[in-house]
Amino acid sequence: MTATATTLLVSALVLGLGTYGCRVVGPLLRDRFSLSPRVERLMVTATVVLLAALVATAAFVEGKAFAGWARPAGVLVGAVLAIRKAPFVVVVLAAAATAALLRLAGVP
Amino acid sequence: MRSIWRSLDPGLARDIALVLAADTLVGVSFGAITVSAGLPFWLPMVLSVVVFAGAAQFIFVGMVASGGNPVAAVLAGLLVNARHLPFGFAVADTLGTGWRRLVGAHLIIDESVAFALAQPSPDQRKRAFWVTGVSLFVCWNLGVVAGAAAGTAITDTDALGLDAAFPAVLLALVLPSLRDRHARRAAIAGAVVALATTPFLPAGLPVLLALAGVAVAEVSRGRERLPESS
Repeated sequence: MTATATTLLVSALVLGLGTYGCRVVGPLLRDRFSLSPRVERLMVTATVVLLAALVATAAFVEGKAFAGWARPAGVLVGAVLAIRKAPFVVVVLAAAATAALLRLAGVP
Repeated sequence: MRSIWRSLDPGLARDIALVLAADTLVGVSFGAITVSAGLPFWLPMVLSVVVFAGAAQFIFVGMVASGGNPVAAVLAGLLVNARHLPFGFAVADTLGTGWRRLVGAHLIIDESVAFALAQPSPDQRKRAFWVTGVSLFVCWNLGVVAGAAAGTAITDTDALGLDAAFPAVLLALVLPSLRDRHARRAAIAGAVVALATTPFLPAGLPVLLALAGVAVAEVSRGRERLPESS
């Protein structure tokens, strides 16, 4: 531990401010421009793409390495159920239960 | 808050409640892990209030706990959180006006954006965003306080499979948007870019690079030269 309490506090506040800065730019600028339907559609697509990329990386990666098979297997079970229009609760609980049970059985 | 909860479709309220429960446990683990790494007990709470973004908080704490430079930890956290910039543009209309917009901006997080995206009408999007954002803020922070106080009670959320629950939540919410063929192509391209670049780039950047996938959707739309197919 080299960082002092003050350094940690300031660092946390700077990270918070910077994050809020990222969050607030869009909402503040939204009034200044009227967006064409095409740009609106682009933003929805961008959101879908970002969330899909988060799904992929969160499913497979821990840090920079492969997360092990239990997690993607759980997500895959959830994905199949979701595509088959299973209720959200079933999708999420099945994904978690699959990963947890595989780990209990010794799969990393 | 209670009235807005009631105004939600019961099915949606139940879905949000499930995500709250899962994220609360992750919050407990965040508090416990941070304190048991020898960091001050107030740090996880301050981070959870002012940053309010799980992945960035874990990275920040992981770096400073292992003796890393706090400046590097801040930069790593900011990089992971840069995705909130495009999210902000996407949900800007959902936040309302005036002070609501400034408060709502702080509640922009993967889950609130995903729940909003999955709703069919602007009114439902607004309700889903606010209910998810406010209640997640409360639950996340309560979880972190509990974890910081309880120490090592729950540090291994992987044993509960919660690490698989998070991507499953986002996937289930994004799925209706993937019925559009162009959006689906864009999402697949983006996911491939993110996965392929992950081993070489700092966390956060691969997900931003995935935005290149948006171009795939545009090219794919342009080729068809059809008016708005759903």
